[in-house]
Amino acid sequence: MTNSWTDIKNTDLVIIMGGNAAEAHPCGFKWVTEAKANRGAKLIVVDPRFTRSASVADFYAPIRQGTDIAFLLGVMNYCISNNKVQWDYVRAFTNASYIVKDGFAYQDGLFTGYDEAKRDYDKSTWDYVIGDDGYAVVDDTLTHPRCVWNLLKQHIAVYTAEMVERICGTPKEKFLKVAEMISECSSPTKAMTSMYALGWTQHSKGSQNIRSMAMLQLILGNIGIRGGGMNALRGHSNIQGLTDIGLMSNLLPGYLTLPTEKEVDFDSYMSTRGFKPLRPNQMSYWQNYRKFFVSFQKAMWGASATPENNFAYDWLPKLDLPSYDVLRAFELMNQGKMNGYVCQGFNPLLAAPNRAKLTASLSKLTYLVTMDPLDTETARFWENHGEFNDVDSSQIQTEVIQLPSTCFAEDEGSLTNSGRWLQWHWPGGTPPGEAKTDNWIMAQIHMRLKDLYRKEGGAFPDPIVNLDWAYADPGEPTAEELAKEINGKALATVYDTADPTKVLAETGKLVPSFAALRDDGSTTCGCWIYSGCFNENGNNMARRDTSDPDETGAYLKWAFSWPVNRRILYNRASADLTGKAWDPSRKLIEWDGEKWSGYDVPDIAPTAKPEEVGPFIMNPEGVSRLFTRGMMRDGPFPAHYEPFESPVANLVAPNVRGNPAARVFQDDFAQFAETASAEFPYAATSYRLTEHFHYWTKHVWVNAVLQPEFFVEISEELAKEKGITHGGWVRVWSKRGSVRAKAVVTKRIKPLICDGKAVHVVGIPLHWGFTGAARKGFGPNSLTPFVGDANIETPEYKAFLVNIEPTTGPVA
Amino acid sequence: MNMELSRRQFLGAAGAGVAGTALGAFGFGDIEAAHAEAIRAFKLVNTTETRNTCPYCSVACGVIMYSKGDLKKGEKAEIIHIEGDTDHPTNRGTLCPKGAALLDFVKSETRLKYPMIRKPGLDKFEQVTWDEALDRIARLMKDDRDANFIQTNGDGVTVNRWTTTGFLAASATTNETAWETYKVVRSTGMVAFDNQARV
Ligand code: SF4
Repeated sequence: MTNSWTDIKNTDLVIIMGGNAAEAHPCGFKWVTEAKANRGAKLIVVDPRFTRSASVADFYAPIRQGTDIAFLLGVMNYCISNNKVQWDYVRAFTNASYIVKDGFAYQDGLFTGYDEAKRDYDKSTWDYVIGDDGYAVVDDTLTHPRCVWNLLKQHIAVYTAEMVERICGTPKEKFLKVAEMISECSSPTKAMTSMYALGWTQHSKGSQNIRSMAMLQLILGNIGIRGGGMNALRGHSNIQGLTDIGLMSNLLPGYLTLPTEKEVDFDSYMSTRGFKPLRPNQMSYWQNYRKFFVSFQKAMWGASATPENNFAYDWLPKLDLPSYDVLRAFELMNQGKMNGYVCQGFNPLLAAPNRAKLTASLSKLTYLVTMDPLDTETARFWENHGEFNDVDSSQIQTEVIQLPSTCFAEDEGSLTNSGRWLQWHWPGGTPPGEAKTDNWIMAQIHMRLKDLYRKEGGAFPDPIVNLDWAYADPGEPTAEELAKEINGKALATVYDTADPTKVLAETGKLVPSFAALRDDGSTTCGCWIYSGCFNENGNNMARRDTSDPDETGAYLKWAFSWPVNRRILYNRASADLTGKAWDPSRKLIEWDGEKWSGYDVPDIAPTAKPEEVGPFIMNPEGVSRLFTRGMMRDGPFPAHYEPFESPVANLVAPNVRGNPAARVFQDDFAQFAETASAEFPYAATSYRLTEHFHYWTKHVWVNAVLQPEFFVEISEELAKEKGITHGGWVRVWSKRGSVRAKAVVTKRIKPLICDGKAVHVVGIPLHWGFTGAARKGFGPNSLTPFVGDANIETPEYKAFLVNIEPTTGPVA
Repeated sequence: MNMELSRRQFLGAAGAGVAGTALGAFGFGDIEAAHAEAIRAFKLVNTTETRNTCPYCSVACGVIMYSKGDLKKGEKAEIIHIEGDTDHPTNRGTLCPKGAALLDFVKSETRLKYPMIRKPGLDKFEQVTWDEALDRIARLMKDDRDANFIQTNGDGVTVNRWTTTGFLAASATTNETAWETYKVVRSTGMVAFDNQARV
């Protein structure tokens, strides 16, 4: 989230699209209710199903899953055509005025530079014209035909209300009503908030779904302000934290990136991470990259990371591929190229797509290790459970080691919520049996590996045997010790660069924040964006002061919000070019002639002059991007692409199948249903229920009672067509698998008319498996295709094709 | 009762076992104090309270756990009740059907209690000791790493990469566990290292 849960009360319009907060984030949704009750805010829901959120919405519009980009570009087109743009914001705070290189173009669904064999682009033309002064060339009048604004207008012109209706199946008048309501938020005194979740991410163009809304929010001037923002509701309690700390194949903590093998040494690695400002006076905060990187290396390898060995640069693995994400890992397993796999609190047999492929892949491993508080399907993938897990154990040679871990109630530490608040929690119970904390388990594995390498030698032991491990009990580091490491400390006295007489941190002390980090090896810091979480003031994540001056919803003294306790990102953009709040009733920070101050921690240097320094300090432009240069694999503007399995062809680019830049493994392509397939005619989607959390709560008696059994949802129309009765058994199958379920026949789903064709939606909730207290059942992943988003490889769970027929119940 | 008294103050004082005098101090009249003394003590008075957050979704609602026994005093502690934390700014005491049933997660019958190993081709788990399990894991990891570690690529560039064992991290562990996990996993050169965020 750019904002926070408690900030939602400040909004005028909530749009829930790509999520279902009332169902999946109930206690966060209460802030929507607050806004509605206290400010008269309105709620719009756009979803293929009439969801629980829709049931309390002021306006609901249906949409075919996988067509959000067409819808959003349609809204953008409406706003621009009707002059519903916050012009001052767009001119000053976006790259609308930047001139784009001549070679760049878009035609028939493809941008310049497409290589069909590689399913990838040569992105060299996707960039600005750079002038002789080294800065990007701009045209403040927005009249230059090659400026971003005019290219954008041209790019979205095709997405008219009629086109939206034909692609999305949203009746034109409903679309126009939504567009009109949204467009009102172009006023500087009106704010819209976007609340989305996996309904947007789980597509082969998930990143561009989100980008489309971010662009719309920029055009309306809704980023950086109270009640506005892009608010990813997120799933698990610490999905934000795990990502912030960089537990991703290509990341280092704090969104630094792992080297690729093209970056043969530290200098070449740093040469692509210079982040030279693209406009005069801009902060381009990533210019501090080296400080964050070196401090991270010092946190990893302590005294062994020296200037002489480039702070152990070579001890990090270098990537030969863009990423070794979870889909690639299973592909490698399936090809016999991976031997071992460790799952720490992760149940991929139900969480990753195409279950048949997952089972085959796990069966090829030499060893599998799992660590969980609860039993999982993954740990028992080799065990026969009839139709629910039809395997022959004797044919599976994988050795499986299942480790019992503690649960939240027995563990200490911080979790980062979707609003970026790091909140500390304390243990209150004794773990059952011999269950151990993850901290203990990971330390034990490390100590044993280190011992073996010391005794036996082996492949490149240096990074293992020299890992900094100075904990009071090396067998179980405490949460406090680790939190201090994440925060960082001074190895030598750190002085203020602006005033060398001022000491920022004495030797051996915790650094106050990342501003004190240095690139000469004199500081350590595990994750720079978290720096400040546990400093000499104490554990800021454990703060519990609920004061909130003027009830802005900021709660600056509650827990710690990254970065540097800032509650609303880009909050400099809440004020106009002179530094005055666009909307005085929504003031966040203002410029008093000398400095910035207000309700939140300023997202700008405190003395940066408003006319000079732009609000988007992480970008070398100092402004936000409507055109994103070569930073996304599938285009600098979003474009409508159908899901890989689609009931209809792409209307704006009939020859393009799926997202042309999404990676597809060869065998998986053969397992996709054809476009408009007669064999698999129905558009399926997956989702969560409020009574369950993924695959955990089927182990929880109360929740297993509340929602005991797997079902699928279909419309009355489809039920009639197929002779399916409410509560009757159905078989649902895709090109990859088949499941048996109870049918829920509902008015909540209606067929959508897309370009004259009726498209039936099949809804498949995801909470059942073959372990736990609930009845045995299936998950949608028995059916879903093995393909991910072009940029981050999130599987396409929300849009795929199935068939359905009535069947008989399981034999008792 | 003619006073403003937070539930917390009340429980704190009442739990100290000096109900009569303390209630007097809070401003009860004698009659009210006598009446209060006649009432059976609130069930949760003799429990230890611990602040936590709901481990499910990232709304991260505050919860209070009540246990018999106090971990801080080195005692065994059994959690007997979990409820919403009314002081928490996000949820203000409310919990959804998942958070409201957290006690049944803590006490679920399918909580894992012992390390288990399933040998190749067999159809069941066998209980093992922690030492057996951990020694085995370290052995398997080291053997695979030693056999397949790539120190330099075809061009002679140092790449120090291990691609044949992967690690999927959780999304409900603490940041501190995440950082420790990062250190342990990345120091081996492992690249197939991911978390649930992608899914
Ligand atoms: S109680 Fe419900 S809404 Fe609150 S964090 Fe838990 S799952 Fe989320």
